[in-house]
Amino acid sequence: MHMPDGLINAPVSIGAGVLVAGAVAVSLKKTKGSLDSQTAPMAGLVAVFIFAAQMINFPVAAGTSGHLMGGALAAILVGPWVAVLVMTVVVGIQALVFADGGLSALGINILNMGIVTVIVGTLVFALTMKVLSKTKSSIVAASAIAAFISVPAAALAFVIEYYLGGNATYDPMTVLISVVGVHLLIGIGEAIITALTVGAILATRADLVDGARKFLPKQKLIIKDSVVS
Amino acid sequence: MSSKKLLVIGLLASIVIAGFLSFYASSHPDGLEKVSADQGLDVTAVDSANADSALADYGVAGVENERASAFLGGVIGVAITGLAGVGLYVWLREPKSAETK
Repeated sequence: MHMPDGLINAPVSIGAGVLVAGAVAVSLKKTKGSLDSQTAPMAGLVAVFIFAAQMINFPVAAGTSGHLMGGALAAILVGPWVAVLVMTVVVGIQALVFADGGLSALGINILNMGIVTVIVGTLVFALTMKVLSKTKSSIVAASAIAAFISVPAAALAFVIEYYLGGNATYDPMTVLISVVGVHLLIGIGEAIITALTVGAILATRADLVDGARKFLPKQKLIIKDSVVS
Repeated sequence: MSSKKLLVIGLLASIVIAGFLSFYASSHPDGLEKVSADQGLDVTAVDSANADSALADYGVAGVENERASAFLGGVIGVAITGLAGVGLYVWLREPKSAETK
């Protein structure tokens, strides 16, 4: 899903960059000093895990692969505002250090993989939890659904951006159907990886899953470290 | 499980995924690349300005062995992302004075 340079013209690329800069600025402001010593390290861990997991392309159809985007996963694990920062870090490092995704396309790539997925993932997760019982298995199921929908949503964002600023002549309808279609398949992989990851952390430290916190009974306060005053 | 233990397990899993499993990832184009090629969107694509950089495409320039190159690329990526994660931690963690209140 990393778009190279040259596909989309400068105005749309710059516009996406401005949108991303605004979203990152608001996210930074919203999250400064907002996490305690238990949850703050999760943001870095989620960034590292998503960076690693994105390297695994899995086959989806003849001659086609897909990989995790991770926006929905990050949103559920650390909340949407921190997730925007996490995804910006991941997609930024991929482009700047590993030349994966273009440099002038960086705004568009962060927008699609790091902001659209976070927003759609957050909304679908919240809506799904409204209708499900408030249990751990519901949280895993809602995570899978949110992750699944977030992928074609990111693909749709690309189609819109390409419609606005694509440099080649093309058939919009065919591109719409094929891009969204293949990303419905990739979304299944996204759903599986997201459900497994959320499930594993829920099973061990449910209190560290941001999306789960308000649905699960509060754990008893356990003080493990001795306090020396 | 302590959060420290979870952190260590998560990091180790990420190193295994990025360093070892990535070697076995599908080398077929991803969904967007495939459609771009099929529909002719990629005719205007240009290489990124840093396409020739030492770590381009998650390998390490000069390391002949493909497996070693992929391993190093993955582990370096985990390390760099981890450093950025430390930055995130510093930004996100509430001030000490607030915690002792």
